[in-house]
Amino acid sequence: MNFWLELIIKLVAILGFVLTGALVVIYAELKAGSHMQGRIGPYYAGGRWGWAQPLADGLKFLQKEDLSPIGADRTVYGFAPYVVMMSTLAVFVVIPFGPDMVGRDLDLGIYFILAISSLSVLGILMAGWSSANKYSLMGGLRAAAQLIAYELPLVLAAAAVVVQAGTMSMNGIVAAQSETWFTVAGIDIAMPFLLKGQIISFIIFMIAVVAELSRIPFDMPIAESELTMGYLTEYSGIRFTMFFLGEYASMIAFSAIAATLFLGGYAAPGVPDNLANLVGPGVMLLKIALIVFVIIWIRWTWPRLREDQLQRLAWFWLIPIALANIGVIAIFKVVF
Amino acid sequence: MSDKQIRFPFRGLWEGMWLTLKTMLKPAPVTMYPQVQEEPVPRARGVIALDVEACTVCMLCARECPDWCIYIEGHKEEQPPSKPGGRPRARATLDRFDIDYSLCMYCGICVEVCPFDALFWTPEYEYSEPSITNLLHDMDKLTYWLGTVPEQPKLEKS
Repeated sequence: MNFWLELIIKLVAILGFVLTGALVVIYAELKAGSHMQGRIGPYYAGGRWGWAQPLADGLKFLQKEDLSPIGADRTVYGFAPYVVMMSTLAVFVVIPFGPDMVGRDLDLGIYFILAISSLSVLGILMAGWSSANKYSLMGGLRAAAQLIAYELPLVLAAAAVVVQAGTMSMNGIVAAQSETWFTVAGIDIAMPFLLKGQIISFIIFMIAVVAELSRIPFDMPIAESELTMGYLTEYSGIRFTMFFLGEYASMIAFSAIAATLFLGGYAAPGVPDNLANLVGPGVMLLKIALIVFVIIWIRWTWPRLREDQLQRLAWFWLIPIALANIGVIAIFKVVF
Repeated sequence: MSDKQIRFPFRGLWEGMWLTLKTMLKPAPVTMYPQVQEEPVPRARGVIALDVEACTVCMLCARECPDWCIYIEGHKEEQPPSKPGGRPRARATLDRFDIDYSLCMYCGICVEVCPFDALFWTPEYEYSEPSITNLLHDMDKLTYWLGTVPEQPKLEKS
């Protein structure tokens, strides 16, 4: 196929998936959160179950005035949301939805993801610094401190999987999980890494993911009660929409990464190889939905941590445990 | 340490997760208001009704009102003597009794303070208005609310 045609198809597919996915996740968050609080949430928009609520919200945001404060550094201020959005979109390049359903199967897949997803810190710092607002600055600094602290457990937890899989390619990691692990009564049994001794990595990874997403219980950067809205304080209109969509898109992105690393990605038991491209996306979406639900569930249940508790959790607990975990997994990998 | 129970680690967190999950799966305790009317309890503080006959224009309610949302005007009327040969009496009559519900904070002090039981709580709540000026309920409207006053509970006997 023509290179440019392929590129455009992939771009449109990824953009379409990310934007509709983000809207669906926003809707899921509205609905699930409401029901967890004994409410019913959006009800009238769209005629039934309020399904059009995120669309209506999005349109409302889009038609609002795009304000920037008088002391703001206009260029940086205007560019920051797109840095955050791009770093999220770029993650989807290497996420496999089937053996061939992948933007580009890089050999350095997970490395690329971890590198590119931490670019969003730059966007957040840019937003916080350029807004000419104390709340924004404090929010941006908190976000930077938090994302740097939780980048380490995230990388270490992913590294444990890489050690076990023996490859950094996302497709390779999925393939490692669909290999036969052991055979019982003539049936070959493949297990995702979660059940192959990566439970500690998974827990650390999920804690770090929630922290990277700055969601409750780790939402100090935008803590409303202290910082108004953190680095988002001055944003309105389309730039706020970008941040908002980016937040939910990166929720999908990180859920997809977690699903690939720990839950077996697009692989499902009993699916023949020739159908993998067809069934794969559905399986992957199911796993993503599961993890997204858990993240939403946590958000509507747990209270927010204090800033020092957050740092203590990362540096005193998660990083040492993750390091020890890598050591144990490496030993098992070599011995067995 | 001895009085501390040994607990499952982070038990509170898991209990919270279980609680939100249970709440999510239960139907939400919601009354779909415009389609379904909510049934307020009989002594709910919805709106205040006025019994014009009982009012003596003593102004206690207007004076005690923390929001100054009650407006009262009145005059004295000559009443014929109740028995032949008696002297004529003066009776205070209301000209105006308005409650401005855009100011009212539903504290109920006026109802408490009224010495002649002219004011009553009623559980009616559907009187929101597109224009704030319409929230000033005049004597007729307050009298209309009197028809919605639920039966007063029986007095307690010791």
